[in-house]
Amino acid sequence: MGGATETLYSVIRRQGITRRSFHKFCSLTAASLGLGPLAASTIADALETKPRVPVIWLHGLECTCCSESFIRSAHPLIKDTLLSMISLDYDDTIMAAAGEQAEAILEEARAKYKGKYVLAVEGNPPLKQGGMFCIDGGKPFVEKLRSMAEESMAIIAWGTCASWGCVQAAKPNPTGAAPIDQVIKNKPIIKVPGCPPIAEVMSGLVTFITTFGKLPELDRQGRPKMFYSERIHDKCYRRSHFDAGQFVEEWDDECARKGYCLYKMGCKGPTTYNACSALRWNGGVSFPIQSGHGCLSCSEDGFWDKGSFYDRLTTIKQFGIEKNADQIGMAAAGVVGLTVAAHAAVTAVKRLTNKPDRTAPPK
Amino acid sequence: MFVRDMRNEARQLPAAVDAAPTERGIGHRGAYVYDAPVRLWHWVNAAAILMLALTGYLIGTGTPAMSGQASGNFLFGYIRFAHFSAGYVLSVGFVLRIYSALIGNRHATQIFCVPLWRGCFWREVHYEIRRYGFLAIEPDRRVGHNPLAQLAMFLMFTQTITFMIVTGFALYGQGAGSDSWQDRLFGWVFSIWPNSQDVHTWHHLGLWVILVFVLVHIYAVIREDIMSRRSISSMISGEREFRD
Repeated sequence: MGGATETLYSVIRRQGITRRSFHKFCSLTAASLGLGPLAASTIADALETKPRVPVIWLHGLECTCCSESFIRSAHPLIKDTLLSMISLDYDDTIMAAAGEQAEAILEEARAKYKGKYVLAVEGNPPLKQGGMFCIDGGKPFVEKLRSMAEESMAIIAWGTCASWGCVQAAKPNPTGAAPIDQVIKNKPIIKVPGCPPIAEVMSGLVTFITTFGKLPELDRQGRPKMFYSERIHDKCYRRSHFDAGQFVEEWDDECARKGYCLYKMGCKGPTTYNACSALRWNGGVSFPIQSGHGCLSCSEDGFWDKGSFYDRLTTIKQFGIEKNADQIGMAAAGVVGLTVAAHAAVTAVKRLTNKPDRTAPPK
Repeated sequence: MFVRDMRNEARQLPAAVDAAPTERGIGHRGAYVYDAPVRLWHWVNAAAILMLALTGYLIGTGTPAMSGQASGNFLFGYIRFAHFSAGYVLSVGFVLRIYSALIGNRHATQIFCVPLWRGCFWREVHYEIRRYGFLAIEPDRRVGHNPLAQLAMFLMFTQTITFMIVTGFALYGQGAGSDSWQDRLFGWVFSIWPNSQDVHTWHHLGLWVILVFVLVHIYAVIREDIMSRRSISSMISGEREFRD
């Protein structure tokens, strides 16, 4: 707990890391954040002089895939982020303390770093029945979240759960699970959607906040612009096949073997804001489309409720039977077409029977 | 200058003509109803909608796979280019159409301004519904739209096209990037539907609303030409003739 006034530099020097390695790390981090050549020295300066940012990491209704992703970060290495860069004071999944000891740390950190700590929330709180669907330390999680958010500097909403609601908020949402921004209204919230978010996006964001001591620029939806300003589609390496009109028709056809665009297989790349096609996964090894499967849109709002993962068009459930926009439109056009035809027929009959005096037939 | 000329013409002609249809040919009663900008817009708009509907449907469903290298093909790119170009034509046309409604004759404002607050308007709508339900047989002798047509035009065309322009530019802004004017002007759409897949779905449904409108529109125009003997050609010549 004593690390609040320590800088990152003093911590890593104590761990036997050389100044040379430290500067290498700064350069690599600057490069992975897409910053200019001067940023490496800015990062080094910040990490040498600024106290480490205390982070408190809470877990609500979630599957821990965000944590799993985070600990696989390669640039910067998670070891560097976790042990040196930030002061991760509380994370009940990976901390050594348990039970009352752990709860005591939480209270202590809340009091000690009042208004200075970053609250990282993985998962979301259920709101129905007073929040009893997620009990954490004997209390509903929503109470813990509210009390910890009160004294925080900012909140990071890890993953699609905290950002949008994800699977536990999918229809019919029996527990009333709600994203963080519907519960906490008075603090800046950074949404880092994805199920899970990319490891480097997570550690990159933490590095940015630690380094510059401020929050990154956010887009309209509250996501950091540096990672979420473009769609998967915009940087997809199969984009040329999309523009050429070369699409996979079946999973095992010739076009699939040739690596054509997966648009017709229901790839959600054109509607998904994430960095997968730029950063990729597992240290840049691959990402879903590269592995031959369409994007599921896991970082977008309500992606569980948009029908099949293999259809371009959303299923519209209001009509009782599951239909998409095309089927509904065609049915409506058919009904109207038939009505028009019937109306024309009645008109013709009426005209012939009602006006026998008219000699010329209607044109 | 063109619009200005038309305005003068519009002022001189229909104001007098609407009140009492004049003799404009032997045995024909007619009236000048649609001024030139409205007519020109109608056909440009119709062509743009046809292009948008066809390309839009192809964009939604995808094309059959082209053979050869990706570098040798640009089919989907051309289809999307055609869609965006037609979208621009439609949007610019719609803005100019609003302008012409402000300065043109009263028929030019009909599809934008519907007197929903007037009791007599609704009584006439009721009468028109009876007429289309074969309960009244008096032919329509109006120079412009009848109230029911005006209502349908406003609800199905004006509103839908506005919606399509707004959602269309919002979706275009996704490709153009978050610093584009399209995103700045229309990006608020994604505050209503954060997942743009929903915007795609609504944009897609809009196509079918327009298609249904086109069906009813063409049918009603042809039927009126026959039943009320009001000339269908008035969207070309500008003059509404009553052939009886």
